[in-house]
Amino acid sequence: MSEFKPKIVAFVCNWCTYAGADLTGTSRIKYASNVKIIRFPCTGRIDFMLLMKAFENGADGIIVSGCHPNDCHYSTGNFHARRRWMVFRHLLDFTGVDLRRITFSWVSAAEGAKWADIVNSTVDIIKKLGPYTNYHSIARLKEKEAEHVGN
Amino acid sequence: MEIQKKSISKASLQKLIEKLNANGRKIIAPVKKENLVEFGFISGLEQMAEDYILTNQSAKSAAFPKFEKLFSYEVTKNGITQSDSGNTEFPELVLLGVRPCDADGFTSLSAIFTWDYHDTQYTDRLNKTTLISISCSKCDDYCFCTSVDGHPGNTKGSDIQLTRLESGDYLAEIITEKGITVMNLAPELFANAPAVEKEKYLALVPSRFKAGEIAGKIKSLFENDIWIEQSLRCLGCGACAFVCPACACFDIQDESKGKNGIRLRCWDSCGFSLFTLHTSGHNPREVQSQRWRQRLMHKFSYMPERLDVLGCVGCGRCSRACPVDMNIMEHLINISEVQA
Amino acid sequence: MLEIRQKAKELLESGKVKVVIGYGKSTNNTTRAVFIRKPEDAEKLVLDESCVQNLALYLYKHEVKHFGKEAVVASLPVLRSMLQLGAENQIKDQEVIAIALTPEKKVVELSTFAEIEKHVSLFKHDLTAEEKQLLKKINAMTLEDRWEYWNKEFSKCFKCYACRQSCPMCYCPRCAAEVNNPQWIPVAPHQHGNLEWHLMRAMHLAGRCINCGDCAKACPVNIPLNLLTYQLIEEINNEFKYTAGTSASQNYVLSTWKLEDKESFIR
Repeated sequence: MSEFKPKIVAFVCNWCTYAGADLTGTSRIKYASNVKIIRFPCTGRIDFMLLMKAFENGADGIIVSGCHPNDCHYSTGNFHARRRWMVFRHLLDFTGVDLRRITFSWVSAAEGAKWADIVNSTVDIIKKLGPYTNYHSIARLKEKEAEHVGN
Repeated sequence: MEIQKKSISKASLQKLIEKLNANGRKIIAPVKKENLVEFGFISGLEQMAEDYILTNQSAKSAAFPKFEKLFSYEVTKNGITQSDSGNTEFPELVLLGVRPCDADGFTSLSAIFTWDYHDTQYTDRLNKTTLISISCSKCDDYCFCTSVDGHPGNTKGSDIQLTRLESGDYLAEIITEKGITVMNLAPELFANAPAVEKEKYLALVPSRFKAGEIAGKIKSLFENDIWIEQSLRCLGCGACAFVCPACACFDIQDESKGKNGIRLRCWDSCGFSLFTLHTSGHNPREVQSQRWRQRLMHKFSYMPERLDVLGCVGCGRCSRACPVDMNIMEHLINISEVQA
Repeated sequence: MLEIRQKAKELLESGKVKVVIGYGKSTNNTTRAVFIRKPEDAEKLVLDESCVQNLALYLYKHEVKHFGKEAVVASLPVLRSMLQLGAENQIKDQEVIAIALTPEKKVVELSTFAEIEKHVSLFKHDLTAEEKQLLKKINAMTLEDRWEYWNKEFSKCFKCYACRQSCPMCYCPRCAAEVNNPQWIPVAPHQHGNLEWHLMRAMHLAGRCINCGDCAKACPVNIPLNLLTYQLIEEINNEFKYTAGTSASQNYVLSTWKLEDKESFIR
C-alpha cells in the first residue's frame, strides 16, 4: 500500500523566509521534502490567482510565508499581502475551498527552526486531509464534461 | 420525402422514450431548473417541463457545445504528436420538445458549418441527433418567427414534429428518414392520423416585418446613424450570441501543461470588443455600433446573400436574455421603417 | 417623475449638459436605459420600481461621452458608483451632473463629489435583511456542500461576460481574463475556467463593489453572483470598517493597510 505523499507548494519571500529556509539547511535541521519552494521578491508580489494555479497543478497544500510586519525588505509589501489574504480567505471559504490546506506564516531569516516546523506541521495536516481530489477533479478537462447539452 | 401523418398518445410517447433509452439513445428535453426552463436529460415524460414557451438556451449544444476538445497534443523529442479528441464516439441523442424555431436554427448552423470546410465535429454530432419538435400552441411578445420565414408549425429541420391535440395526444408528422427510423423502433406506438387541421392548434404569431425587405434595405444603411442610436445601451456581452440557435462563432484555445496540451473550441461573440482585434492593435470594429451593425447585417444580409439562409429564426431568445433590452425585433422594425 | 423630466429639459435647453442618461419605457412593460439629447425628448424619461439598472457604466462609454457633458438620473447605486469611479480617477469632479432623489423623493441636482457624498450619507448602506439571510444560508452549509453548490452554479456559466459588462467597476480596457501572455484565466467555459473567472472577478471587485446586484441580474443563466459580492462587502466592512462608494477620495482597501490590521491565521 503506497502511502500518500502530499505535494506542497510554498510561496515565500526572498529576504526572510527563503533566507530562513537556507538557515534550516545550513543548520542541518531535517524537515519533510514534499515542499517545492517558489521564491518571490516579496509576499506583496504573490497574486492570489497563483494559489489557485498551485491547486490546479496538483498541489495538495500551500504555504505562503514572508517577513514579519515591520521587517519587510520593501517596507510595506507584507502589509499589502496581509490584507489581501484576509479578504481572499473569506472568498475561498465561502466557495468551499479548504482553508486548512493553506498555511500562512511570518518566518524571518533567523528562524530556521520555525521554517522546518511550518513545513513539517503542514505536511502532517495534509497527510491527514488526504489528496485534494475535490479540486484536482475539476482541474482537468473531463470527457464527461463534453456531455453538457443537458446543462 | 413526403411527410407521413400519424398520431401518438401521451402514454405511447412515454413508452417511446423508454424504447429509445433501451435502444441506447439519450433523451434531452426541456426541464425545470430552479426558475428557468433549460434542456436536460430525461428518462420519463414526467420529468419534462410543461407550460413553457421555449427554453432559456437553444438546443445548439447538441451539435455545437459551449466547449469541446478538438484534439490533444504532446511535444516529444521527435516533434509533436497529435491524437484525436477521443470523443469521436458521440452519443446518440434525441432532442425532444424543441420548438420549430430551434429545429430551424440547425438549418442556419449547418449552412455555416458545411459551406466550404465540412466541420465534422458538428456534422458527426448532428448526424447522431434526432429532433422531435413540438409545435407552438402559444407565443409571447418576443416571438417573431413568422417575420423570418418561420412558423409555429414549421417542420424545417425537424425529424418528427408533434402537435398537441385537445385529448392530450399528439399529431405526429414523420418528416425525414431519421424520423422513420425512430418510428420503426416501435411502430405499434403510432396510430393513424386523426382528421385534424394542424393550424387550429398553432399559436398566432403576428408578422412584424418582412425578412426579404430587410435584406434588401439593410445594405443601403451601412453608413446610417441608426446603428449608433440602436446600440447606445448595448453592453457588448455575449448573452445574445450564446443563447441564439443560429449563432456559430467560436474561439480556438490551446491549454497546455508542460509538454502536453489540448486544443478546444468554445463559443465566441461578435459583440465582444476583442472579437476583431488584430495583433497589430488595430480593431476594425472598435465601437459597439460597428459590432451591432455587424450582428444584424450578418444575420439578415450576408448570410442570405452567401448561404441562401437567414441567420435568425425569430425565437426571441436574444431579446429575453439581453440585460438591457436590445430587442432585436424592435430594431428590425425600426430598420424596415427607415426612409431610405 | 415629472420633475425629473423638467430638470432634464432645463439642463439640455441651457446647454449645461449634452446628454441625459436615464430610464425610458422598453418593450414588455419594463424600462431600459435611454440617452436623451434633445430637450423635447425629455418626456421619454420615466422613474419607477423597474428602473434598477446601474447606469453609471455608460458614463465612460465612448459613444456616450462623445456627445459631451453628461447628466445621469442617479439612484443610490449609481451615485455610489460615481463616487467609487471618482475615487479611482475614472471620472473627474464636476464632470457629471447627477439628478437624484432625496429620501423624501424630492429631485435634486448634484454637481460635485462633495454634494454627492453628502447626499449618499443620508442613506444606509448595510446589506438588507434578505441579503444577510441568503449569506447565512450558504455559510451554514458544510465545506463540502458549499463546494458542490458553487461548482454546480458555475457549471451553468458559458463566459458571456454579461456580469463584467454590466458592472460599472469593470472598466479595464484589457480585462485580466483577456490577457493571453500568459493566459491567466482559461477562456473556455469548463468547470475550472468558470471557477477561476468568478473567483478572480470577485477578488478584483473586493472593496470596490457597491452592491447594485446588476451582475446577477444580467446573468442569462441566473447564477447568484451577487452572493459572492455580498459576502466580500460584509467581510470587508467587518474587518476594515470600509464601505465602497461613500467617498470620492477614499483609497482602495487592498492598496492601503494599517499597522493594527488584526488577523488570526498567520503563524
